[in-house]
Amino acid sequence: MDLGPHANFILLAYAAAAFVLSLLVIWVVADHRAQVRAIDALESKGVSRRSGARAR
Amino acid sequence: MALLDLANPNRFLAFARVSIPVFSGLAAVLLGFGIWRGFNVPPDYQQGETVRIMFIHVPSAWMALGIYTLMAISALGTLVWRHPLADVAAKAAAPIGAAFAFLCLLTGALWGRPMWGAYWVWDARLTSMLVLFLLYLGVLALWRAMDEPGHAARAVAVLTLVGFVNVPIVKFSVDWWSTLHQPASVFRLDGPTIHPVLLTPLLISALGFLALFLALHLAAMRNEILRRRVRTMRMLAASGSH
Repeated sequence: MDLGPHANFILLAYAAAAFVLSLLVIWVVADHRAQVRAIDALESKGVSRRSGARAR
Repeated sequence: MALLDLANPNRFLAFARVSIPVFSGLAAVLLGFGIWRGFNVPPDYQQGETVRIMFIHVPSAWMALGIYTLMAISALGTLVWRHPLADVAAKAAAPIGAAFAFLCLLTGALWGRPMWGAYWVWDARLTSMLVLFLLYLGVLALWRAMDEPGHAARAVAVLTLVGFVNVPIVKFSVDWWSTLHQPASVFRLDGPTIHPVLLTPLLISALGFLALFLALHLAAMRNEILRRRVRTMRMLAASGSH
């Protein structure tokens, strides 16, 4: 597909969008894993929430 | 499930577990289809091929404005109704809104250079959108400046509400001042002025951005609830009362 003389601007805009949105997804997934790991580590040491509800 | 039931964090986590994959799938389908359609429409008679940047630039702008509005409603939830998840929702939304505001500014610059001959001009629309991005950064900085989530939530809620005055300024800047940026062409009292051939992929792409935001926001809210549980458990461990 020929995007004309301004193809670089169009492709750069889409690449930037893909990069930024991918960073958001990676951040959310990595943060979730970190919190689950922290809860697992605390529970393995016998720490539990006062309500007795499962932390996750 | 009633909306009020989601005020219970355990019920919210169960809701998030089901809805995050649904919104993620919707986002992938809608974004894929919208962008594919966007690359298969004829070039604009004035802007040529660069009009394709619109399919990511405009939804990014709508999301940046919509997310800040959601944060303002959440701020009311924190200050007035004391809803237990209001500040969680606001804190989770801020980095996502900042990312969309950044994307709007960046893709706008990449669209402006070939169309206006400049990446940036200090016109009212661009400047007010930059202010919105800086407000997002201010909110994020204030969250990080305080350790106790309850205190931070009230301070951030006040800042968010004060900053909300900028949202209508962004929206109506093109009507109130003479700007290089074009006036509104979709959300107008007399209906859209944009051709349906371009409007359809734009709306599909915007729905994809909305679904992606919902998936990311629910996931970030879940993370924030878990982070607060970790904090509570660490405090219990430190006090020796577990």
